[in-house]
Amino acid sequence: MTIYLLKRFLEMIPTFFGITLLSFFIIHLAPGKPTDLLSEMNPKITPEAREKLEQLYGLDKPIAVQYGMWLKRVVKLDFGESFSTDRRPVMEKIWDPEQPLLDRRLFVTFSINVLSMLIIFLIAIPIGISSATHRYSLFDKITTTSVFIGFATPGFWLALLLIMLFGLHLDWLPISQLKSMDYDSLSMSGKIWDRTRHLILPVFVSSFGGIAGLSRYMRSSMLEVIRQDYITTARAKGLPETKVIYKHGLRNALLPIITLLGLSVPGLIGGSVIFEQIFGIPGMGALFYMSVMMRDYPLVMAILTIGAILTLIGNLLADIGYMFADPRIRVK
Amino acid sequence: MHSESPGKLLWKRFRKNKLAVAGGVMVLWLFLIAVFAPFISPYDPSGIDRKQILDAPSMQHPFGTDDLGRDVLSRMIYGCKISLAVGVVAIGIATFIGLLVGALSGYYGGWIDRIVMRFIDVMLSIPTFFLILAVVAYIDPNLWNEILPGWVTKFLEEAIMDPNILNIMIVIGLTSWMGVARLVRAEFLSLKEREYILAARTLGAGDLRIIFSHIMVNSMAPVFVSAVLGVAAAILIESALSFLGLGVQPPTPSWGNILALGKDNIEIAWWLSVFPGMAILITVLSYNLVGEGLRDALDPRLWGSGNQ
Repeated sequence: MTIYLLKRFLEMIPTFFGITLLSFFIIHLAPGKPTDLLSEMNPKITPEAREKLEQLYGLDKPIAVQYGMWLKRVVKLDFGESFSTDRRPVMEKIWDPEQPLLDRRLFVTFSINVLSMLIIFLIAIPIGISSATHRYSLFDKITTTSVFIGFATPGFWLALLLIMLFGLHLDWLPISQLKSMDYDSLSMSGKIWDRTRHLILPVFVSSFGGIAGLSRYMRSSMLEVIRQDYITTARAKGLPETKVIYKHGLRNALLPIITLLGLSVPGLIGGSVIFEQIFGIPGMGALFYMSVMMRDYPLVMAILTIGAILTLIGNLLADIGYMFADPRIRVK
Repeated sequence: MHSESPGKLLWKRFRKNKLAVAGGVMVLWLFLIAVFAPFISPYDPSGIDRKQILDAPSMQHPFGTDDLGRDVLSRMIYGCKISLAVGVVAIGIATFIGLLVGALSGYYGGWIDRIVMRFIDVMLSIPTFFLILAVVAYIDPNLWNEILPGWVTKFLEEAIMDPNILNIMIVIGLTSWMGVARLVRAEFLSLKEREYILAARTLGAGDLRIIFSHIMVNSMAPVFVSAVLGVAAAILIESALSFLGLGVQPPTPSWGNILALGKDNIEIAWWLSVFPGMAILITVLSYNLVGEGLRDALDPRLWGSGNQ
């Protein structure tokens, strides 16, 4: 078991290097240099001053050397200084020690994604099971139709509709930011309630597509399992139907779902660019959008790398989950 | 049954699935709208009318007007053309790359296969939209003018007007081939061991001939299904990019950039948000229905059961 995990972990290392190399390559395809942007903002900059800047960032060195320099620092979690006017270290922008934990960008995005995953799992699995066990019932037909529509709904459109309905028309929920202006004056429970209210729409939007997709996979996975001989055996020996479904069926039906959940991590993290932009949430996605627009190379690289690391961790967790669900792997 | 051609059999099974047929009709209809956009749109899509800024839907403008007084329905009709063009070309590129990479990897195996698979793992570990966004924002649209032959870029520019759109097509294509490649590789791994391949080799067929005319033709069905589903995904990506201001740039209309205006005017102009989103939903839904219908029609395990 430990050998299996260790092997999976070792396999992640070349993938990690590949990721850093690829993102480094993409960014250096870019036309122009970041110093172009600096001098555009300040036309009075002299060629000497520009050269100095380029040297400072190592932009005058060959790409391979630049990559080596960057990688050496990344191992120490030092992603360099941002190119933006405030010149803050990149890591501080992502994980600001001056802010409370709840407001640090990486934590914001991470927690919204974890919440979304939980909600996807909690809603989609029961829906998938009931659709499969009550195949062709009214419930199955309604959910299958909703799943098809849900799968085709652009998340950002759904966000706009929800903002119009719950934010503007009914005025029930806040439509932007993570907390209200008067947050600091609220009591403890008031603070919790305030944050929860702000999270409802973003978390719903980011989990919506996942619920549709996963419940469909759960349905077909369950249908596949129900067809198997061991389910017939379980029924034949007189087990009650709930036991057949939830003990013998569910465990096997969940196996492909666990892998799928791991595979959905990059989509979820990537999606945060869109909904953080719409709901004005100060997270990694919004920061990435800003850094891409500003050609803030170190920041873009840092976020790509951290996003990929989170994905790899997600895959590893899925493998571990798989191991717990499937005794065949544990034996190997 | 044996006398019928595979294509006819496929159509027979596909036809039984009413939802898939409905999707197919919609796909055809959208295609016609795109082709005949200049003839059916009631107004010039970029015709500015200062007297009718942000007018609610009316008899004259069934879907209202935008912040420059342009007719939203006409802009959506032209947007249909853009969306379909981006979806189809992007997936064409992705399918081409996927076929090539998957075939090489599956046929030759060994270290080529290991490197390719590792590279696909890398591509799939970078959060999808992060990767696309980085490439879109960083690649110079003029780069393609230098790489591609002149007549290709000229043709594309004349067909769709905006050089920026070519960039989006290529970027979506370059970031969505991995699924096809894996699919093709798996098909190659299983097909190359078959006896008819051995027979072909014995008869003196070379690698290229075996790859293209003996294996690839037989692995096209699942590739076609994934391409149809891929068009839907590419249309979603294009609209999201345009919504963020990184895709199709105004004044060229696209469903995504009308929605971006909808967001800016969300308190006063609901029609800018509601209608283009509906169009995306219907388009994506139609392609998904056709894709799933094809997949079911191709799946021999479902042939026996009359009820889908």
